[in-house]
Amino acid sequence: MRRALAAFGIVAVVATGAASARADDYVVTIKDHRFTPAEIKVPANQRVTITVVNEDATAEEFDSSALKVEKVVAGKSKGVVRIGPLKPGRYPFIGEYHEATAKGVVIAE
Amino acid sequence: MLGALIIVFREVIEAGLIVGIVMAATRGVIGRGRWITIGIAGGVLGASIVAVFAGAISDAFQGAGQELFNAGVLGIAVIMLMWHNAWMARHGREIADEMGRVGTAVSEGAKPLTALAIVVGLAVLREGSEVVLFLYGIMASGTSGSALLVGGVLGIAAGAAFTALTYLGLLAIPNRNIFSVTSWLIALLAAGMAAQAIQFLNNAGLVVALDRTLWDTSWLLSEKSIFGRLLHTLVGYIDRPTEMQLIVYVATLLAMFLLMRIARPTPRMRIPAAAE
Repeated sequence: MRRALAAFGIVAVVATGAASARADDYVVTIKDHRFTPAEIKVPANQRVTITVVNEDATAEEFDSSALKVEKVVAGKSKGVVRIGPLKPGRYPFIGEYHEATAKGVVIAE
Repeated sequence: MLGALIIVFREVIEAGLIVGIVMAATRGVIGRGRWITIGIAGGVLGASIVAVFAGAISDAFQGAGQELFNAGVLGIAVIMLMWHNAWMARHGREIADEMGRVGTAVSEGAKPLTALAIVVGLAVLREGSEVVLFLYGIMASGTSGSALLVGGVLGIAAGAAFTALTYLGLLAIPNRNIFSVTSWLIALLAAGMAAQAIQFLNNAGLVVALDRTLWDTSWLLSEKSIFGRLLHTLVGYIDRPTEMQLIVYVATLLAMFLLMRIARPTPRMRIPAAAE
């Protein structure tokens, strides 16, 4: 069982390694605790990679229960968020540490 | 200040619930205060280290380091909780019988205490690193920082008070039932953690099979509301579970009960070296 899981893991790593080569299609930037762009349009029904670039000096948590993502992005750094496949619709996300200003939405279509 | 209080509080209560349950589950076991303190202290130290290296962890493994780290932390916690429940299935009765007296079965408790101390440490580590990053951000931003910082510290205090409430609430359960109740709580806790862990593996791009969302109950109870968060930690409530999360949740519960069944001593035939 454990061996089977390990083998599965290796296959999955190889598979994602191949997939991530063509990814990096979407970028969202955090500056002054705001997301730009605040609306990200992505294709529905496929996995998508969004790079979150944090230009603020402080950390932010990219958080969305709709997208099933919780990702801390340290200050002056970037993080990769993998989402999908999404049904067509609107998927809001927030920066949990600055919820009042850091808001955005992923639109799958 | 209130905003900071709430943000910190809701991170702390998740770890606080776990600490409260662990304290109730180890009632009557000698040396548990020391072990739980070690767990919390280790968790706080670990959280600070994780916060310092947040950027490096995040960048590791093609940007999936944080997800793999979280999945690993949760996975270890699940194994420790299984270990504890199996041990309790074997010795819980003796401890309940001898509670209040000093017996050999009770002092044997050193083994599962390491397991639970690790669980406490990992829970504090995971939630704590987010608190540390948030509070650090407040301090770094200077200007209106002090009021926010006070809010953050009050949030930690409120979280600790919540832990005490959880523990005292569980204490109200009569001695002879306490371990079956805490075993159930720990089983559900572990299943929820496993379902969370598998989603982190999905976010990491490692396990992408069966990733369709089964249902959406966020209109009824959002996972991000305070009550939603409590249920999320306590029984693994997820407002939009995937097929894989449901499978892992059920499988963890089944594995837990199977293990407890196997560990349960047969009458008149007790194996002394039990918890290996």
